Amino acid sequence: MTKPESEWTWKELPVGNVILEPGNASSYRTGDWKSFKPVLNKELCIHCGLCYIFCPDMAYNLDEEGYFIADLFYCKGCGICATECPTRAITMVVEEEK
Amino acid sequence: MIEIRFHGRGGQGAVTSAELLALAAIHEGKYAQAFPSFGPERRGAPVVAFCRINDKPIRIRANIYEPDLVVVLDASLLKIVNVASGLKPEGMIVTTSKDSPEKVREILNVKNRVGVVDAVKIALEVLGLPITNTTMLGSVVKASGLVQKESFIPPFKERFGRIAEKNIAAFERAYQETLIV
Amino acid sequence: MGKRVGMEVSIAAAEAVKQANVDVISAYPITPQTHIVEHLSEIVANGELDAEFFCVESEHSAMSICIGSEATGARSFTCTSAQGLALMAEMTYIASGLRLPILMIVANRTLSAPLSIWNDHSDTMMIRDCGWIQFFVENGQEVYDHVFISYRVGEDRSVLFPTIINMDGFILSHVIEPIELIDQEKVDKFLPPYQPLYRLHPDQPVTMGAFALPAIFAETKKAQEVALRASLPKILEVWKEFGDLTGRYYHPVETYKAEDAETLLVTMGSIGETASVAVDRMREEGRSVGLVKIRLWRPFPFEALKQATLHAKNLVVIDRAVSVGGPGGPVASEVKAAIYGEPLRPTVYNFIAGISGRDVAPFDFIKMVDKAEIEIEEGKKDGYELYGVRE
Repeated sequence: MTKPESEWTWKELPVGNVILEPGNASSYRTGDWKSFKPVLNKELCIHCGLCYIFCPDMAYNLDEEGYFIADLFYCKGCGICATECPTRAITMVVEEEK
Repeated sequence: MIEIRFHGRGGQGAVTSAELLALAAIHEGKYAQAFPSFGPERRGAPVVAFCRINDKPIRIRANIYEPDLVVVLDASLLKIVNVASGLKPEGMIVTTSKDSPEKVREILNVKNRVGVVDAVKIALEVLGLPITNTTMLGSVVKASGLVQKESFIPPFKERFGRIAEKNIAAFERAYQETLIV
Repeated sequence: MGKRVGMEVSIAAAEAVKQANVDVISAYPITPQTHIVEHLSEIVANGELDAEFFCVESEHSAMSICIGSEATGARSFTCTSAQGLALMAEMTYIASGLRLPILMIVANRTLSAPLSIWNDHSDTMMIRDCGWIQFFVENGQEVYDHVFISYRVGEDRSVLFPTIINMDGFILSHVIEPIELIDQEKVDKFLPPYQPLYRLHPDQPVTMGAFALPAIFAETKKAQEVALRASLPKILEVWKEFGDLTGRYYHPVETYKAEDAETLLVTMGSIGETASVAVDRMREEGRSVGLVKIRLWRPFPFEALKQATLHAKNLVVIDRAVSVGGPGGPVASEVKAAIYGEPLRPTVYNFIAGISGRDVAPFDFIKMVDKAEIEIEEGKKDGYELYGVRE
């Protein structure tokens, strides 16, 4: 959405409240829902990509060095990546106060 | 407007009779309406069906309480159902029976005109089944002159396909054999 | 004028759906709607109509399939009755919220319990507020005609709403009567193929049926409410065009010998025809009685109803459903609400009649008018009675 839902008037809504902009969920910040964040120990990482596969929010992306890194704009801190990591390279740490 | 009430037993074709009469009338360019006494089908139980025929569009959708014509498809009903209920004084009853029209009039204790045909016998001989719906229509046409005989041919053909000819024959025989008093 | 053909009303309804060239039919059989579905399945099986016929395991699924297919831009049809409509109820709100112009025929039947298969309006009144355009028809011709009218109105870009055609179960669905069929060429001209505003298609992805927080839900409802009300002029326009095409003109509220009448019967559905016969009989006796028939139930035609009724002294409103523990039947409630703001308004007497298929004959209407006129004369302001119930 181009603006917060609390600013839309009824006249501006598309017929049937259809969302016309494909993929606009990518502008939705879910990263501020978390209390823990994943931290990667690159020395233990074997580049298997299981964190990328299991992440329910598709927050993981491959960086230039070949590591999968969680995008904290989307990461909700669920910890599935840390649980699935076969080498325990990912640990969940308390998010610092903003 | 002419209002007709059919009495039969579930499975004998009272509803089909009412429908075919309406279809024949519509075929002639008249207005007509046919409907069953709505409900679950119960084979052998006494049932009624209704038909209205008019030169103008028909607006009434209630049951028929004061018929101009009563048609009875099963002679045993004459003694267990008051088939003459509400029949107009100038109205008429057409029934299947082995008895004479005079005798039927006596059984029913009415002064109305009565038409009689042994439709069960005709149906058994022509169709091989005691289903009297199309046979009784021949009698109805003879007794009432409501619609032309020929008007039944298209609806009979559409409804019965390859056995239409037999039904037309049964209809024709009932037309010839109906006695009226 | 086309030739009149004798056929069962359900068959005429199915033939109209065929002529409307629908793409998807999804339905579950239930009495008294069954003949419509049976005939449509034959039509599709015989190759007379190029459509997908979905045999589903429930009415909930029937409507769900219609929603899905309509969302892809396929013209979709379903029909049901009573308990089937109840099972489908959840999905009816979704169809209208998504603004999908599905057509549903409801062969009106009583909601159980006690178990009953006969006709009244309790089923459709259960989903009165589902946000669909809702018609009540009086005879087979009107069922046939309104299949085309409904798609034409519903699919219009200015409307985009699903439509219910309410036809009385058995009293209409199982009756053989003459129907004037419309040539296919004329139908095609009147009802062009559906051009959806939005549809589910990979080339241009959209999201339908998204979640709405309280911060925006009220805005979505207001948009829907305003749009449904605003469909009235389009309905009138399409009725006019259809009338010019066929000679059969329809109106949201229709009157019969009503202009100068002191007492007006108000009906909805097929009993209107029988009521008109009762009016003729009372007029023959010199009584000042007329008839007002409501054809358009949603959007409710407030102005047309006021225009038809305000001059009268008494309104005898006949409902076919009970609002148990409520203010009376649903039609009477609406009629009262419509005239409430008027300084001079008729007194309303409400009868619930013909529930679960009990016959309503001309003499019943006369009895109801007799009773209402006497009691209103005696000063009764809130007449309400389940007519014909044994004490």
